[in-house]
Amino acid sequence: MRKVAVIGVGQSKFGELWDYSFRDIVLSAGIEAIEDAGLEGREIEAMYVGNMSGGRFLAQEHIAALIADYSGLAELHIPCTRVEGADASGGLALRQAYLAVASGLHDIVIAAGAEKVTDVGEKAVEILSSGVDREWEVFNGATLASLFAMMARMHMEKYGTRAEDLAMVSVKNHKNATKNPKAQFRREISIDVVMNSPYVAEPLRMFDCAPVSDGAAVVILASEEVAKNYTDTPIYISSSAQACDYIALSSRRDPTTMDAIVFAAREAYKKAGVEAKDIDVAEVHDSYTIAEIMAYEDLGFVEKGRGAELIREGVTELDGDIPVNPSGGLKACGHAAGATGIRQAVEIVLQLRGDAKERQVDAETGLTLNIGGTGATAVVTVFRRD
Amino acid sequence: MLPRFWRKIKYRYNLIGTKCENCGTYYYPPRNFCTKCRRKSKIVEVKFSGRGEVVSYSVVHEVPENMKEQKPYVIALVKLEEGPMITAQLVCRPEEVRVGMKVKAAFRKCGEEGESGIIYYCTKFVPE
Amino acid sequence: MAGIVSYGTYIPIYRIKAEEIARIWGEDGESISRGLGIKQKSIPDIDEDTATIAVEAAREAIFRAKIDPEQVDAIYVGSESHPYAVKPTATIVGEAIGAGNYYFAADLEFACKAGTAGMQICYAMVKSKMIRYGLAIGADTSQGAPGDALEYSASAGGAAYVIGDKGVIAEIECTLSFTSDTPDFWRREGQPYPKHGGRFTGQPAYFRHITSAAKKIMEITELKPSDFSYAVFHQPNGKFPARVAKMLGFSKEQISPGLVVPYIGNTYSGSSLLGLAATLDVAKEGDLILLVSFGSGAGSDAFVLRVTDRIEDIERKPGVWEKIEKGIFVDYGMYVKLRRKIKMPG
Repeated sequence: MRKVAVIGVGQSKFGELWDYSFRDIVLSAGIEAIEDAGLEGREIEAMYVGNMSGGRFLAQEHIAALIADYSGLAELHIPCTRVEGADASGGLALRQAYLAVASGLHDIVIAAGAEKVTDVGEKAVEILSSGVDREWEVFNGATLASLFAMMARMHMEKYGTRAEDLAMVSVKNHKNATKNPKAQFRREISIDVVMNSPYVAEPLRMFDCAPVSDGAAVVILASEEVAKNYTDTPIYISSSAQACDYIALSSRRDPTTMDAIVFAAREAYKKAGVEAKDIDVAEVHDSYTIAEIMAYEDLGFVEKGRGAELIREGVTELDGDIPVNPSGGLKACGHAAGATGIRQAVEIVLQLRGDAKERQVDAETGLTLNIGGTGATAVVTVFRRD
Repeated sequence: MLPRFWRKIKYRYNLIGTKCENCGTYYYPPRNFCTKCRRKSKIVEVKFSGRGEVVSYSVVHEVPENMKEQKPYVIALVKLEEGPMITAQLVCRPEEVRVGMKVKAAFRKCGEEGESGIIYYCTKFVPE
Repeated sequence: MAGIVSYGTYIPIYRIKAEEIARIWGEDGESISRGLGIKQKSIPDIDEDTATIAVEAAREAIFRAKIDPEQVDAIYVGSESHPYAVKPTATIVGEAIGAGNYYFAADLEFACKAGTAGMQICYAMVKSKMIRYGLAIGADTSQGAPGDALEYSASAGGAAYVIGDKGVIAEIECTLSFTSDTPDFWRREGQPYPKHGGRFTGQPAYFRHITSAAKKIMEITELKPSDFSYAVFHQPNGKFPARVAKMLGFSKEQISPGLVVPYIGNTYSGSSLLGLAATLDVAKEGDLILLVSFGSGAGSDAFVLRVTDRIEDIERKPGVWEKIEKGIFVDYGMYVKLRRKIKMPG
């Protein structure tokens, strides 16, 4: 396998982008990435697109061809493929692009992620729940939030995690987002604001839940050799690992652990030759605040059951030992389903390059964790400066 | 949705699941392949007693459009006495529900395709 | 001899007081309550309907009968509020009790007496050896138009009876019907609420049919009111059954165990069958019970039942009165929501 570098990154603003169509959003992220890489465009050999539900959000399938067309790649007649794994779609697209370069099949490959959710209005939340078991969870009355709420309840009962701990995750991520011009929510909130927000699914409140956002993100990957022609600051993907789990929460070994994360992380660390303690910065999938606490544990940052200690002690703050979600995370930067996994990669690349400006942390090794639904798919990617 | 619902009527109305006779594991929802024994699976259908215990729950406030009249309702992870866990609605007052609460199956409506469409029936749980 | 093998009942948990309904419509709740002999009525939950009530009652009956549900060869569900105008409730019940696929089934409608009509059909089929066991159910989630007198009584509940000739707890010694074309109460196709003839529902309808059926069956069986331990008459309100009992020469004591209407209202097809169930809950070997239902339109089904020693062998708990006492009271606002009287946006 060849070494793979990220040579360009781009991201649209995340949020309710009423003025922009799906095509507009993708294009804005794509142009930014191509300019960042200093590519002319014709060098691109393939594209993978993460998109969760063009079919239901836009009644548009064949997303990869559509994006290729509107980003001027149709003329090149290169292979463009949509990858889907609910809200882990972006992470999966990144992994496919990585494999295409690492294997030697292609030298320069685009990994994109895009979702336009606001055109369907209120229905968006329901569509997002298609990432869990429709027949035996949603049909029986479960909402996506309620499934995470049941994980939260069990975590609280079993390990003593408190509602305030969850609130602190939201507060931290909102604070980080104030330093991110692309973020959806750029204002600080207090624990009181979270704790007084209305319940969505007890014990989770409105401020425990990530928004449903429009957004797109693009990263351009190249082989180590080719990367040198384009950038002085390549960021390398040291490893990419993916794991699955039972689709329904009720079928899992332990609803307070996302085994897909545990397995993907273990594999990613092994392949990258690092350990959890070597991770300097991470973007994790905080679709709900409890998911960030569980991610701390399942990624091995802390032992099982003690995730809340990291947030209580400020370990994952921007100035802590392992800053988590410097971008603001899904909670405050925004959660554009299929775009999220790529957006996380954009953030880690900026951090490792030293281009993260106000929210810059000191890091050599970074990690992204993107999950689908309640964790039936997890993708862990490790990035390094060398 | 109609054929999709009809196909599973037996399992939804009656908590009929499956059991692997090779290892004794019970499955609900039914599986026709044992995840432990794989090719050695010996799957048979079984009817569950309908008794179980609440493992976790949530009082749902942001509810799907078609469940507005039930807001807030209780959803739970119920561990059936035979072993498998199931996600189902609990018919009780939100203040009643507790982890560890004993529950039993009840036959209820769980939706309908508007006023002129078909009605879906399923198993929910009530405090025992 | 063929008869009742077991029975099961279901009463939804919610209740509304007559006074609460009267409060909304500017009526004198106390006098209405006194006039109708109804203190409160049962209300189905938002996710309950005639099918769910029928299933719960049927499951209890099958469980108590200790029979294999595949031995149930016929299912008849009587109701005036079947969830579908076209598509049977009986098939939902059959699937939910695990009756297999080889069984006779149909839905019945005869206002408040469709449940007892189902019992007669099952009884005839058992006697003729067409079936091993039959399941007859009377269940309703009846509706009264907002502000109408019926709103104080129209309620929800049901009872299921397993009819067979093995393990009989109450033999059916005789059954007959008195039927005439009397439009005292009706609901036209496509209409949400029934209409009724006001006081016309009394003398020419309820009283004429019940007394005619009761007198005839006592004449045939050569029995007199004092021979019966108990009597159950259809109970559209608390007053009618008491008055008809008096007219026929039955005492208060004979009807009181089965007089459930003051506490749950008129459960229509479930009404006389819930009354019978409450009576069977306390019955002993050798007791004779007279059951006379009434369905508007109109007709009465009369039964003479003789309780056997097997009554002690079946589970009778929780009893009907226990279920009646388990109510949760709601206000009129909650009631209109539960009864889906609020028009929701499509």
